[in-house]
Amino acid sequence: MSDLFSKFDALIAEREGLLATGVRDPFAIVMQEVKSPTLAVIDGRDTILLGTYNYMGMTFDPDVIAAGEEALRKFGAGTTGSRVLNGTYQGHKECEDALKDFYGMEHAMVFSTGYQANLGMVSTLAGKGDFIILDADSHASIYDGCYLGNADIVRFKHNSAEDLEKRLRRLPPEAGKLVILEGVYSMLGDIAPLKELVAIAKAHGAMVLVDEAHGMGFFGEHGRGVYEAAGVADDVDFVVGTFSKSVGTVGGFCVSNHPKFEILRLVCRPYTFTASLPPAVVACAATSIRKLMHAQDKRARLWDMSRKLHGGLVARGFRLATATPESAIVSVLMPDQETTVRMWQALLELGVYVNMSRPPATPAGVFLLRCSLCAEHSAEQLETVLERFATAGAVTGLFRQAAE
Amino acid sequence: MSDRAVVYARIIELIEPLNLKKVPLAEATSFAGDLEMDSLTVMDLVASMEDEWDIVMPLNLLPDLETIGQVADAVTKLVHK
Repeated sequence: MSDLFSKFDALIAEREGLLATGVRDPFAIVMQEVKSPTLAVIDGRDTILLGTYNYMGMTFDPDVIAAGEEALRKFGAGTTGSRVLNGTYQGHKECEDALKDFYGMEHAMVFSTGYQANLGMVSTLAGKGDFIILDADSHASIYDGCYLGNADIVRFKHNSAEDLEKRLRRLPPEAGKLVILEGVYSMLGDIAPLKELVAIAKAHGAMVLVDEAHGMGFFGEHGRGVYEAAGVADDVDFVVGTFSKSVGTVGGFCVSNHPKFEILRLVCRPYTFTASLPPAVVACAATSIRKLMHAQDKRARLWDMSRKLHGGLVARGFRLATATPESAIVSVLMPDQETTVRMWQALLELGVYVNMSRPPATPAGVFLLRCSLCAEHSAEQLETVLERFATAGAVTGLFRQAAE
Repeated sequence: MSDRAVVYARIIELIEPLNLKKVPLAEATSFAGDLEMDSLTVMDLVASMEDEWDIVMPLNLLPDLETIGQVADAVTKLVHK
């Protein structure tokens, strides 16, 4: 009998090899206590959180917590049902209303996670004989949505308007087409040239879906995302997003002005065949979304921090994935896996948590230490982070290696 | 040379720079098994073949295309479509 796990042997060996060098497992962090959106206890030590996507710091907002507590008491711990059966409570409708107001759109559908929102929208919108045209660096949930559906999948070079145009031109003019873009790409923290890309998609008769998971809250006048900042709101057919970043809880959604949008509730399997979000979660989300509409100060602060972190790291000799700060994600380029893990661990031991990213999650085989900022980070925390990066770089010999 | 032979020869040229372990390339050489290509490399190779022949090779075809010979067949068919 062959062991079904033998296909994982190479990965198991690679991990064992890495851990044998004495480093700890970067994918097995436990937060023993969470004191604020920017501070947690890891290994008994106060640790500055610089890799949580908690951009607007809403996880501990008093109004958000109060709404969640009230819903938990009034509606219970869970719905035990699908949105289309017994799983839609008043709170789910209020959450969808908050999204419609936030985005200024006619329709909103709340999914149980952001992953499921992409899985559902991508697999359901494009069917047999239709084409999905997606950016090569798309998130795993978008690729998985493609594989769940029956459309033909065409991939274009990351953020390349020229390559998108070339690939659209080869498709039959009469075929249904869905172009999938993201506002912010979470690995490198770069943003998409949506003005150019959306114009090309529309010129070829495609519908456009933009994932604003990492753009919601602080791009554009109303914080709707990169598409709003790029001035292409009228040409975007679907916006997908998540509650697990700026909103500060968990869940996913799609908003749209398409007149037939509501039918998706019956045909979108990742929406229909799963339990809905617990009442406390949708209550937290609705409250948070409404507060984000008026979060201009936090937005300005987040941008200020992003510029300071980016500039501070460059000044200390680090190589960054983007020449200028494009989003609230600042990614530090690392030479190889071992150095990345050693640097990550040195930072952790100094009390700074960042994300470690490696291929195949990253594009072009790069290793990254990804920092994401929170509007609640204090100026002192940011200064401490920069000092600790410099110390960790010295301890691990990162700069010596780079100079060789 | 037949159309297929021309296509096959050009595919070999496109694969060669990605063939880091210098595996002998033949009709039955497989991308995942013999060439040990990861999915990203395979997708980039598909893009270069699409541009070479101005065709559309949807990614959902890939699970059925395991060997160089199978890819040559698929490209030849798409070129004549």
